[in-house]
Amino acid sequence: MKAVAQLGRWAVGSVEQLGRLTVFAVAVLRAALTPPVRGRAFLAELYKLGVRSLIIIGVSGFAVGMVLGLQGYNTLVRFGATESLGAVVGLSLIRELGPVLTGLLATGRAGSATTAEIGAMVVTDQLDGLRMMSIEPVHLVVTPRALALVMVMPLLCAIFIVTGLWGGYLIGVGVMGVDGGSYLTSLESSVDFVDDVVGAGIKALVFGVLVGLISTYRGYTCVPTSAGVSDATTSTVVVASVSILVFDYFITALWGV
Amino acid sequence: MAAHIDLQDVRVRFGARVVFDALTCAFPRGAVSVILGGSGSGKSTMLRLVAGLLRPSHGRVLVAGDDVAKLSARDLRRARRSIGMMFQGGALLDSFSVFENLAFPLREHAGLGAEQVTAAVHARLEAVGLTGVDRLLPGQLSGGMMKRVALARAMMMDPDVLLCDEPFSGLDPVSLRRVERLLQTVNRERGITMVVVSHHIASTLRLADHVVMLLPGRVVSGPPDDLLERDDPLVQAFLREEDVDVPATEVEFRA
Repeated sequence: MKAVAQLGRWAVGSVEQLGRLTVFAVAVLRAALTPPVRGRAFLAELYKLGVRSLIIIGVSGFAVGMVLGLQGYNTLVRFGATESLGAVVGLSLIRELGPVLTGLLATGRAGSATTAEIGAMVVTDQLDGLRMMSIEPVHLVVTPRALALVMVMPLLCAIFIVTGLWGGYLIGVGVMGVDGGSYLTSLESSVDFVDDVVGAGIKALVFGVLVGLISTYRGYTCVPTSAGVSDATTSTVVVASVSILVFDYFITALWGV
Repeated sequence: MAAHIDLQDVRVRFGARVVFDALTCAFPRGAVSVILGGSGSGKSTMLRLVAGLLRPSHGRVLVAGDDVAKLSARDLRRARRSIGMMFQGGALLDSFSVFENLAFPLREHAGLGAEQVTAAVHARLEAVGLTGVDRLLPGQLSGGMMKRVALARAMMMDPDVLLCDEPFSGLDPVSLRRVERLLQTVNRERGITMVVVSHHIASTLRLADHVVMLLPGRVVSGPPDDLLERDDPLVQAFLREEDVDVPATEVEFRA
């Protein structure tokens, strides 16, 4: 009986959280459409969340591409189909690994930083300071960060995929001796622009919305103590990562992307 | 003096903890009112109520006749243009320079040109005795400088009401007297209604026209000289900084 009561409390709590997140999302959307345009703040966040994530995304993409090249070659060589290495590396990266791993990396790098930054502003009364200047914090602090995360995710995903393709090329062609022409031809002939490339962009966009909303919401609503900021940051990484994996399944199952 | 700020039958609770239950008190127009009370007695909560940062579960919080507890978000934003607040830790935007912190409210609301904004910011900084700090970040300021910049920012929109949360905490005696004189000057020159939360009794007695004391289960208010003559051991304990056993109550305040 106690377990049922606990389950009920958990369910009610989860629905409440979801409701609050929805209200928050509407407030962010409304702020995005209401003047003044926070162009400077948005560009600053694009730089912080996007440009500063380039190295981790590029290096990770290249490493994942190299692993795919190696694993793909070792598997394909058994069937005498090593000329399909480009297709294996390309489709794996574009349809699945690119968007998902970019989402997870961006959550750890940019999402956690966003939560911690907004949380620190809550702790030091900076958001209340803005309210006392008749400036809505959602408008100035939250929306530029959330929008920047939505915008940078597809771009980071594209960089992850491109560096991954070159990583696979380096191992497959440079190390394992696969013909370079075959690698690129199989890649080109197997990848469909609309189904695969646009689909990857849509996935990355959805993941950007998830990370943007969850990270800003957790920071904005954190308990105003150092432990509260720490909890909110951890929660961002956990909730956003799980959400990305769950949404990835549903997007793939429903739309075949 | 007529009341500028009037709290009527206010109840505030955080979960099971009742901070105020049926609190009623007023702050006179144009006067410096100081809120005294023990730690956790609800002094900062009272400021947050007046600022509209916290809504009571019951009662009215009237500022110049408007019930800030009932205003819509838009009306509250408009009402706050006439309320300045100096937070305990400054609450300056830490990624903005001192100049940007002060210029920000003007750029948002006043519709002034760049030269006018610059002139207004420099005038405010000069008024609080600070020059040459425009480009510094809040993290590069000393505690006293931070308080003065926070005061300058709270004054940027020429408010009718200035709320100060612990303006003297963490200051050395020289900085403390400087901030104290600044508050006095601001009040006398502009006739602003000021509500100051403080633990500092000497400053309170020098600064206050009106004192509100939050004692366990009750509130006592009046001019400081009147309170000094009251035959109330708790009031005497606070104002003369004597040792006294403060009774614990479940309800922090009950009128």
